[in-house]
Amino acid sequence: MAKLNINGKVRDVEVEPDTPLLWVLREQVGLTGTKYGCGIAQCGACSVHLNGKVQRSCSLPVGSLKATDRIVTIEGLAPNASHAVQKAWAALDVPQCGYCQSGQIMAAAALLAAKPRPTDADIDAAMTNVCRCGTYQRIRAAVHLAADTAGKAKA
Amino acid sequence: MKKTTSVASPSRRKFILHSAAAASGGLALGLRFPLGPQGAHAADATGAEINAWVVVNPDDTCVIRIARSEMGQGTHTGLAQLVVEELECDWSKIRLDFITAGQNLARKRVWGEMGTGGSRGIRTSQDYIRRGGAAARQMLLQAAADEWKVPVSELAVSNGVITHAASNRTTSYGKVAAAAAQLAPPDPKSLKLKDPKDWKIAGKPMKRLDTADKLDGRKVYAIDLKLPGMLNAAIKACPVFGGKLVSYDQAKVLSRPGILAVVKVNDNTVAVVADTWWRAKSALEALPIVWDEGPDATATSATIAAHLKTGLTSGDAYAERNEGDALKAIEGASTRVEAVYATPFLAHATMEPMNCTARITADRGEVWVATQNAEGSLAALSEESGLPLAKCEVYRHDLGGGFGRRGGPQDYVRQAVAIAKQFPGTPVKMIWSREEDQAHDYFRPISQARMVAGVDGAGNLLGMHIRISGQSINAYMNPTAIKDGKDKRQTQGLWTEPGDAQLGYTFPNFLLEYAMRNTHVPVGPWRGVNTNQNGVYMECFMDEVAKAAGKDPLEFRRAFMAKHPKHLAVLNAAAEKAGWGKPLPAGVHRGIAQFMGYGSYSAAVAEVSVSAKGDVKVHRLVLALDCGHAVNPDQIAAQVEGSVVYGLTAALYGEISIDKGRVVETNFHTYPMLRLAEMPKVETVIVPTYDFWGGVGEPTICVVSPAVMNAIHAATGKPVRTLPLKNVKLV
Repeated sequence: MAKLNINGKVRDVEVEPDTPLLWVLREQVGLTGTKYGCGIAQCGACSVHLNGKVQRSCSLPVGSLKATDRIVTIEGLAPNASHAVQKAWAALDVPQCGYCQSGQIMAAAALLAAKPRPTDADIDAAMTNVCRCGTYQRIRAAVHLAADTAGKAKA
Repeated sequence: MKKTTSVASPSRRKFILHSAAAASGGLALGLRFPLGPQGAHAADATGAEINAWVVVNPDDTCVIRIARSEMGQGTHTGLAQLVVEELECDWSKIRLDFITAGQNLARKRVWGEMGTGGSRGIRTSQDYIRRGGAAARQMLLQAAADEWKVPVSELAVSNGVITHAASNRTTSYGKVAAAAAQLAPPDPKSLKLKDPKDWKIAGKPMKRLDTADKLDGRKVYAIDLKLPGMLNAAIKACPVFGGKLVSYDQAKVLSRPGILAVVKVNDNTVAVVADTWWRAKSALEALPIVWDEGPDATATSATIAAHLKTGLTSGDAYAERNEGDALKAIEGASTRVEAVYATPFLAHATMEPMNCTARITADRGEVWVATQNAEGSLAALSEESGLPLAKCEVYRHDLGGGFGRRGGPQDYVRQAVAIAKQFPGTPVKMIWSREEDQAHDYFRPISQARMVAGVDGAGNLLGMHIRISGQSINAYMNPTAIKDGKDKRQTQGLWTEPGDAQLGYTFPNFLLEYAMRNTHVPVGPWRGVNTNQNGVYMECFMDEVAKAAGKDPLEFRRAFMAKHPKHLAVLNAAAEKAGWGKPLPAGVHRGIAQFMGYGSYSAAVAEVSVSAKGDVKVHRLVLALDCGHAVNPDQIAAQVEGSVVYGLTAALYGEISIDKGRVVETNFHTYPMLRLAEMPKVETVIVPTYDFWGGVGEPTICVVSPAVMNAIHAATGKPVRTLPLKNVKLV
């Protein structure tokens, strides 16, 4: 039995401690927005937030997590897809197939939380998730747009 | 933490009871909500079906039926734009409904072909779906005219609101739909379609209809499907192609938590079935398996390359084109230019690995699958289950990437059905690991090309001889397409005939040959197919010959393009937008390329620098495309941007190599992908000529690599003749 704090709710899961968080989310908790891509933390499709920082959940055993660790998945990022990143993604029609986009959005949201006004170099360094459809140009534009709108909302 | 299991017992008896109970509930769910209760596309289509393409609900929402598959390319939005343009309904009130292969079969294929590959989604269905929209509009107007007893010619319609100005009356599609559905449909040929100049919805950069579900995790891909009582399967095929499964020791894994069974899938594949996929996959990794690796277990990339090399000079080639006397012209030329090019096997690496859920009973077979060919999936299900087509159904999920992988073979459907047959009535979801996905793709075929040209003292090209040696897709997948020894697909992009993949040059003497050199590695279509390799060979060699002739690469090309005005216009558009010939920052060099595939004309200009250490940086790519009609310019730009990533990934990193008969690169650490930091600035120039319908998803990939390689040639003074670039010492 493990206690996990997922999207603000504490849940008990019955699973072997070496099970990656990704598969606990998908198979035990039923949150399938977090995707399997490679299983070796290369592609980022499985990105979630762990205590506010982006984390590749495919390589994170649940046995290493404490009940006080805050896990946020794409489903818990913001109510009604209202996060500035989600809105910017919609405004620029970023997704193509969409499979990697949960991870991309979680990575972008974590970047903006740490750096509200990221430079292109910051985006290059932070946005390392793979997109096979090739939406990178729009992802970059959408991160800047999200920074602009979030900045204006605060001003 | 205590090691626990949520499955009470893996005993066979308990399992059967459990799955039988689950099946009854699951069946009801499956029939009502084929994509699950959260299915993104569960449109309310309870209103009146005007025709196969259009259902109008009483609340004025119009449901547009879609037969083609969506894998990110935007086809669903584009198809809807074309129907709505003719239907004249309110764009903000449309919903999409996705027909199944079983429905199409039951209605004698009223929706036509469902296959979505070869960049055909829009271009080969645009005519009949526009007529479907126009016919529905005519019937809805007629129903209003009948009700008001006025001539239909006096009615006007806009956004689904019908007006009779003379009597100042209005009604809406929703109100007349039931009556319209009773009318005899007009002859589709009698309908006059709109002139594209008058388009209001089609031809415009409408927002995609499927974005919202991709932003908050709610979209249910096939890999996300959950059905009551569903089991999960992890699968492993013999790593050596052509090898066989000999035995496995299931006792080593059956006591692990959640494991229900180890099953033989077919003569080369074994699967572990468990309550969760993670448990199944972990057990599979621990399962001792004995393979008979077969006769190809010693094959390596080197033995395959040597095999292909024999085809460069052998006597068994066939001539696809033989104009004039190229060999003689080259023989008599003062300068001979000769080069051998090579391109490797490539994997598709869709982000969503292959997967399929199947449920088989004695009289019903169902699969839930991401497929580019739903009717092919239906056929595979029927064949593997032994059930007739009429008792089978395929529930489509949008694809987490396709790129050609999810079209022809349907191997994953056959495997899922073979597993599910052993658990009658219980849905089984089979997911491939990334490693399995890399190891058992239908790879882009490997090939080499020997290119020879003769140039005279004034720099005129006298003749060209191209000999391509490589593996044939048709020989592997579709042997009947090889007629009289001619395997035309292998010379795609170099053809004489206009319309699809015509070479944009007319040479005074030209010999084009293909020698088939097959290997034990499975091959198939990979986004752009053979235009990619042939584009590299032709366009990089054109730069080599231009250099030998002492001419500018753009000017050199133009000299052979007088009879190819569309190719030339696209080349000029790219050159102009890129500022060909204008100064560049120090260290930055340009390369240019043009090619044709999938009925569309493409050209690219790349700006590249090469560091003193030989590292390549691609700064900017300008791409021009004439796809005839541009249904959604923003989505065309998105496809062009995506094609740059797909093409650049291949150019820089893409290589599947073979050792001991099997794939070496089994995950993204050894099969790297382009990342955002390496993304050049992409500018798309759409130059539609509105006199044909070309494809969009594939055509532009084939000019990406040669434009970049030619820019590297310009930067270093040395031609690049092999890919990927990671293996090439550039300085």
